[in-house]
Amino acid sequence: MTYIAKPRFRHPDLPKNTLGFTRRDYEGAVSTLCAGCGHDSISAAIIQACFDLDLPPHRIAKLSGIGCSSKTPTYFLGNSHGFNSVHGRMPSVLTGANLANRDLIYLGVSGDGDSASIGLGQFAHAMRRGVNMVYIVENNGVYGLTKGQFSATSDKGSKSKRGVINMDAPIDLVSMALQLGATFIARSFSGDKTQLVPLIQAALEHKGSAFIDCISPCVAFNNHPGSTKSFDYVREHNEAVNRLDVMVGRSEITADYAPGTVEMVTQHDGSVLRLRKLTADYDPHDRVSAMTYLQRRQEAGEIVTGLLYVDPEPDDLHVYMNTIERPLNELGEQELCPGPKALDKLNAALR
Amino acid sequence: MLQPTDIKNPAYFHKVVDCQWACPAHTPVPEYIRLIAARRYADAYMVNWESNVFPGILGRTCDRPCEPACRRGRVEDEPVAICRLKRVAADHKGDIRARLPRPVTKKNGKRVALVGAGPASLTVARDLLPLGYDVVCFDGDPQGGGMMRTQIPKFRLPEPVIDEEVGYILDLGLETRFGQRIDSMKWLLGQGFDAIFVGSGAPRGRDLDIPGRKETAANVHVGIDWLSSVSFGHITKIGRRVIVLGGGNTAMDCCRTSRRLGGEEVHVVVRSGFEEMKASPWEKEDAMHEDIPIHNFLVPKSFTHEAGRLTGVMFEKVKPEFDAKGRRSLMPTGEPDVHMACDDVLVAVGQENAFPWIERDAGIEFDKWGMPKVDAATMQSSLPHVFFGGDAAFGPKNIIWAVAHGRDAAISIDKHCQHEDVSQRPPPGFKMISQKMGIHEWSYDNDISNDLRFKVPLRDKAVALKDVRLEVELGFDEKQAFAESQRCLNCDAQTVFTHSLCIECDACTDICPVDCITFANNGTEQDLRTRLSAPSKNLTQDLYVSDALKTTRVLIKDEDMCLHCGLCAERCPTGAWDMQKSLIQMAHAGHECRSSSNA
Repeated sequence: MTYIAKPRFRHPDLPKNTLGFTRRDYEGAVSTLCAGCGHDSISAAIIQACFDLDLPPHRIAKLSGIGCSSKTPTYFLGNSHGFNSVHGRMPSVLTGANLANRDLIYLGVSGDGDSASIGLGQFAHAMRRGVNMVYIVENNGVYGLTKGQFSATSDKGSKSKRGVINMDAPIDLVSMALQLGATFIARSFSGDKTQLVPLIQAALEHKGSAFIDCISPCVAFNNHPGSTKSFDYVREHNEAVNRLDVMVGRSEITADYAPGTVEMVTQHDGSVLRLRKLTADYDPHDRVSAMTYLQRRQEAGEIVTGLLYVDPEPDDLHVYMNTIERPLNELGEQELCPGPKALDKLNAALR
Repeated sequence: MLQPTDIKNPAYFHKVVDCQWACPAHTPVPEYIRLIAARRYADAYMVNWESNVFPGILGRTCDRPCEPACRRGRVEDEPVAICRLKRVAADHKGDIRARLPRPVTKKNGKRVALVGAGPASLTVARDLLPLGYDVVCFDGDPQGGGMMRTQIPKFRLPEPVIDEEVGYILDLGLETRFGQRIDSMKWLLGQGFDAIFVGSGAPRGRDLDIPGRKETAANVHVGIDWLSSVSFGHITKIGRRVIVLGGGNTAMDCCRTSRRLGGEEVHVVVRSGFEEMKASPWEKEDAMHEDIPIHNFLVPKSFTHEAGRLTGVMFEKVKPEFDAKGRRSLMPTGEPDVHMACDDVLVAVGQENAFPWIERDAGIEFDKWGMPKVDAATMQSSLPHVFFGGDAAFGPKNIIWAVAHGRDAAISIDKHCQHEDVSQRPPPGFKMISQKMGIHEWSYDNDISNDLRFKVPLRDKAVALKDVRLEVELGFDEKQAFAESQRCLNCDAQTVFTHSLCIECDACTDICPVDCITFANNGTEQDLRTRLSAPSKNLTQDLYVSDALKTTRVLIKDEDMCLHCGLCAERCPTGAWDMQKSLIQMAHAGHECRSSSNA
């Protein structure tokens, strides 16, 4: 916990984006999480990604549930919309908000407790419905707020800070998201912003349900030898399948790569993802082989990171439900109360 | 590849304290500013007195090399008002005489002569008297203080302030020969002194030899001589219309003094542009505040006169032109000359050294510009027991340089008299003390005030302009002083990094408000400066580089913009960052400087 507010002074030569903002304009209140918490790095990565994409802060809505992770939206995007929901219920609140106003960019922030335990059902349904959002799970494998019990994502055989061995099988949210139909799926690590920031950017540009499982060490309760979510363990076992650069309009493609090692993926909104392959035979467009690959590597004790699956032409909930193009708050009385004739017609259809 | 920074070398952290590094006397500025904030004025005064000898005088008149260096001026518009805070310590200190050294009764049998009783000589006296030296000070003026008393107008530096701080040194047992001007070095060399220190200043004001100068002698005055006459009360009036020629601080003193002696229309005329004027920006501001216009790019051509009386000055209009090397020259614009009418002219176009009293065959070597050959570190001349300091050593500078010279010369004189090698200079005292008091508690106030620089209140102009001896600046009161002190960034609270404790969690990088922390692969300095979190353009500021971390990366901290807010250390989960106060104190003459006691 920090007691002084972050000084207002910034580096005078800090770059500005096309909106005239510096990165610091995307910050929130100073964090009250434990010093060194991985979640703070994820907040910093979100700030960097939104700055880089020139996103107007007032067009972003950040939603969360309960837990250390779910506190973090206070610490970034101080000028954006926010909703701190009930434990595990962020996905349904986000879905509702998205249905009411499809023009905002939705960023759901959750944790392994919030999404893999109490909110597992909510998580699953948000994924399968294809809600247009970025869903980040700040995954530390531990219940930090209640002093360090294993969470549902703790690996079997990993050791708690008090020396207890976890006997339960872990829930792998990435595998679930793959199986449930999410159209952008990635895994990353809070200690590697060069990987994380472009993934968040690409997810924000993705028009469909984008899920990022971000391993985020808990320095207070899960950063010891025997933990599989510590800084050291993740660094030793991290196997990135690719590296991603996101190019939106203004950035040029300059780097030269050996043929076959780079793939350009143009997303629906025109943004280009440049995927540099680190694992030659990994194909991020094949859902089934991605699932197999993940299981195999997991068995070998590796943590697979990178952009694991992307569908460049996804559909989303609004397409499925054939909703009106405009946000509900822009509709007038005419459109909202179409009159007795329309009501009669509707009633007749239900008879 | 950059090597890990050697933080054991006192110079590294000293440089981070920009104000202290820039101060010729290396005054520990943040240290005394914190004491002022704690209302420990006497303590703040003594920190100053030890470093710069004349806190009350310098707090009103210093050229403040510290302020342009102040880091605050890099993150916002204006630096901390360091100089005027020093005055606060002097104004509010109470009686500190009990804390000063006492006159020494047990003498060491060595005799030292000081030529001139200005700041350099008095500093030598202050450092040598407590060691048991017999010190004799000669000066042509009836009182001590040198140019501080004769050239600085009393409305900037009141007499009691000079009396007090000069008095502290006289009270140490200085033998004064005031009123006795030395006119022969050979005579002085024959008086059997073990060492001689020449601190006679740069006493000659440059004149302006242009047509009409002789005819108008009665109304054209050399600035510093005129100021000195005003100071001693020999001159109390000047004409209604005055032209001051010159753009330095003496010119500013001349014009403001004129305004107080009957000058109603006082104009400053400068050859160069406004920005290039030698006067400090605040002195120009003060002059303009007193309704004195400054005219630029005008070169005086002649003094005009009628019936033996000065009528004005004729100027040629010029403009700056730059050659391929960027050197500036002033070229006539071809426009008609400008005539400005006036009753008196003050010439303040520079000062010169003059050593007519040092016989050229006395054994002291001079260079082709007529300056003595003096070693910049030891202040020793070619005659081993003769030392120079202040303006007499390297030409006109300022009081704070004179003090620094005096300190260095005193060390040399002491070593010389103890038959030691004067070129062996003592290192500064250097201490690092952790400021950690608790989880997020530091023994310094790390919350930074967002206030803009406070202005020092001035006396009402109508009142101030009536009396040449009435101090115009009122000084900060305690509340203002506290508020201004809170602007100080505490740059001596150093960020100290222990690489073996770092887990590379990025917490410090994420929290740093000025993006001065980066974790990256090592490289050359030039390469690294392009890969830092924020642009790194200020090459005068060092990069703090750690040993290789677990991931083989290194920590790089660009010292340039660091606010010393301590957030990196607060957010560090392992204590790899600590805030440690660096206390760097220059050595002074005495036993600890002598090699025999070090052995």
